Amino acid sequence: MAEIKEIRIHGRGGQGAVTYAQLLAISSFYEGFETQAFPKFGVERRGAPVEAYCRISKKTINLRSQVYNPEIIVVLDSSLLESIDICKGMQSGGILIVNTSKKLPNEYHTHKVFTVDASHIALEIFKKDIVNTAMLGAYASVTKELSLKSIFKALEERFKRRPDLIEKNKRAVSAVYHLIQ
Amino acid sequence: MPRKVIEASTAVAEAVKFCKPAVIPMYPITPQTHIVERISEFINDGDLDSEMIHVESEHSALSAAIGSSATGVRTYTATASQGLALMHEVLFVASGMRLPIVMNVANRALSAPINIWNDHSDSMAARDSSWIQLYVESAQEAFDTTIQAFKIAENKKVLLPIMVCLDGFTLSHVYEPVDLPQQSKVNGYLPKYKPSNILDVKKPVSLGPIGYPDSFMHFKKAQQDAMDNALKIIKKSNSEFKTRFKRSYGNGLIETYNLKGAKFAIVCAGSICGTTRVAVDELRKQGIKVGLIKIKCFRPFPKEDIIAACKKLTGVAVIDRAVSFGFEGPMFTDLKAAIFNEKKKPLIHSFIAGLGGRDVTKNDMLTIFKKISKTKKPITEWLLD
Repeated sequence: MAEIKEIRIHGRGGQGAVTYAQLLAISSFYEGFETQAFPKFGVERRGAPVEAYCRISKKTINLRSQVYNPEIIVVLDSSLLESIDICKGMQSGGILIVNTSKKLPNEYHTHKVFTVDASHIALEIFKKDIVNTAMLGAYASVTKELSLKSIFKALEERFKRRPDLIEKNKRAVSAVYHLIQ
Repeated sequence: MPRKVIEASTAVAEAVKFCKPAVIPMYPITPQTHIVERISEFINDGDLDSEMIHVESEHSALSAAIGSSATGVRTYTATASQGLALMHEVLFVASGMRLPIVMNVANRALSAPINIWNDHSDSMAARDSSWIQLYVESAQEAFDTTIQAFKIAENKKVLLPIMVCLDGFTLSHVYEPVDLPQQSKVNGYLPKYKPSNILDVKKPVSLGPIGYPDSFMHFKKAQQDAMDNALKIIKKSNSEFKTRFKRSYGNGLIETYNLKGAKFAIVCAGSICGTTRVAVDELRKQGIKVGLIKIKCFRPFPKEDIIAACKKLTGVAVIDRAVSFGFEGPMFTDLKAAIFNEKKKPLIHSFIAGLGGRDVTKNDMLTIFKKISKTKKPITEWLLD
């Protein structure tokens, strides 16, 4: 692992990319890492492309500039692949994790690509295509640097005011964790 | 309580909760909004027993804070950018009446053109309002400094309002680990506020009435003396904090990083200090002797500490995130003035960076170090590329 692992999350306004980054920071902190999460600072609108970032390190994170060269990119909405340069600045040998039921075009396979149909799981569990928490399971499964236990702890903390959502989110995380390949 | 990953704005709100102000008049403005929201939640949930006054503007927010503080209760507010600009005339009333109000500023650019992102033009424009100004680098420092601010402001030798400035978005919206202490520990550090000279119907007094030419200047001199006293009290509050919480930020006024044996240093304030540390570490690994001087306290300006820090340096780059239009960066001016009468002084360079949210990167810092180590003439430059 590089001294600081940088992760970029792509979604559309309302899909929870910012929450994803926050939950990743909280759960990775429970895993024993120092973490930092922040959104792309802008004026957010529902449906518009949104980015959020996370830094994970074994040491104190002092760096406070934006993220330009992520090692891992997580895509919550595969329609973004057609509208923006998703892999911009990605480190060579980087990991691309995409929520999709389709196979990604060959051009993406210069990276380590992982796909999972998280939308299908989300529709089943939430009756809504909200995949941000589920995709935490994908990160955990792919990197092996985050346990389900730490994610669950982060979910319990995050949804303190909505306990009805905790179990459903845990189920979604587990389902994606076991499904991704 | 253990360390927790929370947003820097939440850390500020938590600090306010620990300090229990009686009155909190607030008006939301980006990027300070999350602070108001969290404090509202604390009050709603019964975790904080404060009176929140929903005001119609920032001018009213600070006016209400002045009224509240004058009755002798601990008072807090927060703002940013245009909000601080709208408060401007009342800033002087708060300090002139010697009211120990604590206010967080989530630093943001001033219009026009409209810009919601981070720089220091808002608080730097309030430099001469007789408010103490402290700048922080991390969520932990935002938490710790907000608690310290009440202690400093309420000290009888100070009695001045304080702005605790945190970079809007770049810090205010960042989630990172913060150590939240036990309430009893904060109580031990920050005693209950015991005011003097308050508005009281049983013992009527006037506060801040007219000061005629024969007395006005004495009031102003007293403010200047209070600022001088603040230099000592800030240091003391920082070291007392260290004893109790095992954390400190330099001497409370400035913090030096890797300055030992350094020939060149960057001087800056706020969150970009963190990025500078990373650049310093990288150059030190290559055997290049550079360091950082972080200005935590901008007013009162820690002149003596700056002189001591600059003594052995060959070159210093001051990075300002604000401009005094028609002249130069405000910290650059101050730093030069502070060491002007010293016999041995470094060459001082000015860089204007990160206005209106323009990102300041590690590479920017590396480039600055490279430039100042290769020149014998002072550089003045805006980082535009």
